[in-house]
Parts: sequence; structure tokens; C-alpha cells
Amino acid sequence: MDLRLLVQLGVIGLTFFMLINASALLVYAERKVMGFMQQRYGPYLVGPHGLLQPLADILKLMMKEELRPKGADRWLFTLAPVLAITAAFAAFATVPWGAETTFFGLLAEPVKLGAADINVGVLVVFAMTSMGVYGIVLAGWSSNSKYSLLGGLRASAQMISYELSYATALSAVILLAGSMSIREVVDGQAGAWFGVIPRWYVFLQPLGFIIYIIAGVAETNRAPFDFPEAEQELVAGYNTEYSSVRFALFPQAEYINMTTMAAVATDLYLGGWHGPFLPPEYGWIWFLVKVGAILFTYIWVRWTVPRYRYDQLMQFGWKWLFPASVINLIATAALVLYFNA
Amino acid sequence: MIPLGHYLIVSAILFAIGAAGVFLRRNLITILLSIEIMLNAVNLSFVAFGRQLGSFDGQIITFFVIAVAAAEAAVGLAIVIGLYRHRESLNPDAFTLLKW
Amino acid sequence: MPETLVFYVLSGVAIATSALVIGQRNPMYSVLLLVASFGALAGLYIQLDAPFVAVAQIIIYAGAVMVLFLFVVMLLNAPREDAAEWDRTHPLRQPAFARFGGLLALVLVLQLAWALLSATGVDAPVASRAGSEVVGSVRALGRTLFTDYVFAFEATSILILVAMVGAVVLARREGDQS
Repeated sequence: MDLRLLVQLGVIGLTFFMLINASALLVYAERKVMGFMQQRYGPYLVGPHGLLQPLADILKLMMKEELRPKGADRWLFTLAPVLAITAAFAAFATVPWGAETTFFGLLAEPVKLGAADINVGVLVVFAMTSMGVYGIVLAGWSSNSKYSLLGGLRASAQMISYELSYATALSAVILLAGSMSIREVVDGQAGAWFGVIPRWYVFLQPLGFIIYIIAGVAETNRAPFDFPEAEQELVAGYNTEYSSVRFALFPQAEYINMTTMAAVATDLYLGGWHGPFLPPEYGWIWFLVKVGAILFTYIWVRWTVPRYRYDQLMQFGWKWLFPASVINLIATAALVLYFNA
Repeated sequence: MIPLGHYLIVSAILFAIGAAGVFLRRNLITILLSIEIMLNAVNLSFVAFGRQLGSFDGQIITFFVIAVAAAEAAVGLAIVIGLYRHRESLNPDAFTLLKW
Repeated sequence: MPETLVFYVLSGVAIATSALVIGQRNPMYSVLLLVASFGALAGLYIQLDAPFVAVAQIIIYAGAVMVLFLFVVMLLNAPREDAAEWDRTHPLRQPAFARFGGLLALVLVLQLAWALLSATGVDAPVASRAGSEVVGSVRALGRTLFTDYVFAFEATSILILVAMVGAVVLARREGDQS
């Protein structure tokens, strides 16, 4: 086993570990930010400034009783959260989070920071996101309860409706970059115009960025598009009948999906790990800063705007967002052709 | 390196399984699923041959087969829904109104 | 060696799950097993240097068509006991027919295998003619698709439009004007 293989396996393991920690951190960050926006302290007692709150939450969830309703389908009831979390982790596999590094000269050739680099990487993210629909729809159906079924059907219909705008916005970026590998898209955003404005695609595709963020929020079932799991209307939607570890996997899958959306938005629109003042090997610090900013925006939007009703949500997705993304794609294609010909 | 024959045998077995499903199962949805299995077996053959001959034709034909299969599944399921509404049954033998 | 192992594992999964698909009572399980089979086939496509087809299979087939099947199975909610009853009283279940049918199926598989194996160049390993960079390049695939096959592409887009309209019309309730 040579050193390079070990280091690559280590990078994959580190990515996996970071994702799990990201979901735990997001639990804490959401409650703290929510608290401060509502003019109260968030979690405060467990550990210094409540930092050990996610640990307490996870321990509590693991010690609860594992319930399964009598009429629930035995295999599918357990399979659904497993599918949800597997798709969530797999979607991050082709997302790069740093430039190549030799780990301070330890390796002869640099190794890329990211779990994998496939030449159709953008499509793999999209494919794994569409696999996430199965977790929700199976959870809703296998619980054998009205609230779960309605919540599951609504959530999955919402997800597949917004996948279209999501993919079309991604296609416009692929047109600009000329490649479907996310690492090459990021490397196309290096440098700056006039030395000051960075060459990020958000400046070339402002409408595409807004469409991507909106579609991403709807894909992950977050507010204002979280009607399927709205606490006030549907008890808890598709995860009503779940408890303990099976339940814990659903919000974890949701937070990891949020992290993946934010990471892909950073890589495709905000220049990934390129930033001033830092050498390229430390680009992952900029990556974390940008992803953190987008996640903060996610949480901020959730606790600021009211939620869409389900039919308003579907109308918005089909009648406004999808035509806008198609117009964005056609305009981008026309401009790329004009400026390159 | 895997010989082309191996891929073709896998494709043949999948096709036979799909054909068996169409003949043996008496549930409209399972019959449609068996048709999808047959289409996938054919896709595998196309891609394997395309790879061996070094051209893109295999992949392009596969792309079209996938698109046509998606369209056919949509229309087939719409028909199944219409039939179920009429007869409350998914058994193909229940739709025998034209027989004497 | 690891290539051969991956091929055997993936094709074993694909064949086993497809065989289970046609043997399940519950159509829900059949749909999910077929999704697993599609995943294994996508792995085989990647091994054949066709990454775009593999990802397109997951996105379109496993991610959209199978979700449609799942929705229809959930919403129709046909009772499972009737299905078992019909399978039991199926005319093909009588032993004489079953044996004859099994013999015919075996003859079919042997004939297919013989026909495929006696084609020329079948023993050559897959990857003999062109390098993998040529066949795996999505850019060249797109170029071929939009120059040589552009008519088929446009015809497919019209086909999908027709199928969409047809599905909506066929599944509408009678008297529903919306």
C-alpha cells in the first residue's frame, strides 16, 4: 500500500467525517441563529455557550425506544431513512473542496482535495439528489398513516418539480465552463477582472445563481418551501411515525443535503476555493467561509419569511422558476456563441 | 480485460428474465417492469458493442432507447391508471369485454 | 483482476435483482429491486467507459421513471391478496405447462448464448479498438449527437412532448375539464 493511496483514502474519510460534523454543527448553528433572531439566547446550558448541545441531542435520540407501527411495512420502514442518508452522502462524493496539495511536501505528486473527480461530476450530484426522493416517498408510504402518506407524496412531488429548474440552472454554468467536472468549473473561475473583481460565475449568471439557490432550498425541503414537514399543518409530515435513530437520520440527511447544495453553489458560482491573500493550498479555508455564508443565509431565510402553501409552491416552481431557468439557459447559450464566434 | 462475450451473456440472461416476467406475471405493473428489464438488457448490448468497435453509436442509441422507454412508461402507466379506474383490477385477464 | 471481480459482482447483482423483480408478490418491492438492478447496470456502463450513459440511466430511469412507477403503485393500492390468487389459478401454473414452458425457456437461453458467442470477435476483450479517452469523452459524444444524429434528437423531443400530452389526457377522469 503506497503512501499516495493511503492519503487518498484519508481524504475520502476526512470528507465523510466532515459531512457528519457539518450536520451536527448545523443543528447547533440553526438553534443559536434562530435564537438570536428571535431575541433570545439559543442553547446555553450544555457545555460552554451550548456547544455540546448536538451531542446531547444525539445521545437522547439514540436512547429513545425504537418504535415501528404495526401496519408498517417491515423492510421499507427501515430502508427509507437508510436510502435518504445514503443518497445525501453520495451526492457530496464528486464535490471538490480544495485545490491540489502535497501536504507540505510529504507526497511526490499533489493529491486533489475531494472524494472523487469524475468528468461528469455535476451530473452525479444531480443523480444522487434525485435518489433522495426515494427515501422520502418510501418513508411516507411505509408508515401506513395518513399524515405520513400526504407529507411524503407532497414532499416528493415538490422535489421532482424543482429538480428541473435545478438542472437547467446547472446546465447554464456547464455551458460557461465548457466542462462537466466540478473541479474544472472551479478552475475556470481563478483570477480577476481588472485585478479587483473575481471571475466568479455569479457575476456572469446572476439570474442563474438566484434560480439555483431557490431551487436548492426547495430541493432540500427547507423554508419557505417546507410545507411537507410543516409542524403546524401536518404533525410532522413523512417522519411522523419515526422515532430514535431512524428519525435522527432524516434531519441529518436534510442537513447534509443543505451542505451539498451550499458546496455546489460555492463551487459553481462563487469561485470555490479561490480567494485573495491565501496561497492555493489553503484555499479550503475560503471554501469553508463561503459555504458557511450560504448556510447562514439558509437559516436566516428560514426564520424570516413565512412558508408557501403547497399549491402556491407548485405553481411557483412550474410557472415561474422553470421558464426563468430555460430563458437563462437560452440566453447564456446565445451569448456564449456570440462571444466565442 | 473482460471479453465481449461475457457482457453479451449477461444481456441475454437479463432479456430472458424480462421475457419470462412478461409471460408469467398477471399484474399489469409487473409486466411493465419486465418490459423495462428487457430494454435495459438491450442497452447493455449496445454499449458493449459500441465500446468494442470504438465508436459512439452504441452510447447514442442507448441514450435514445432510454428516452423512448421513459415516454413509453409514462403513457403505459397512464393507460394502467385508466384501466384500473374502470375495472378496479390490475389483472390483464379481467379486461375481456370484447371476447365472447 | 479487480476489474473482473467488479464485473462479476455488478452483473451478479443485476441478474439477481432482476430475477427477484419478477418473483415478488408486492409490486412495491419489485420497483425497488429494479432500481437496484439499474444501479448495477450503471456500474457496468461505467466499466464500459460510458459515464454519460451511466449517469443518464440513474437520472432518467432510476430517478424519474421508477419514481413514476412508485407513485402509480402507491396510488392504485391494488390489494395484494387478489394478485396472489390470480397467480395461483394461472393456467400456466399447471405442472405440465410449467415443465414445457421451463424447457422452452432453457432452449431460448441456450440459443441466445450460442448465437451471441458465435459472433465474430467476441473473445476479444472489450477495449481493443479505441482508447478509452476517445469513447469516454462527453464532449465528443455531444458533438456526434448534435451533428450526425440531430434529426433523431429532435424527433425524440417531439415524441416526449406527445407522450406528456398523451399521459395527461389518458389519466384524466371523465368529465374533468380542468
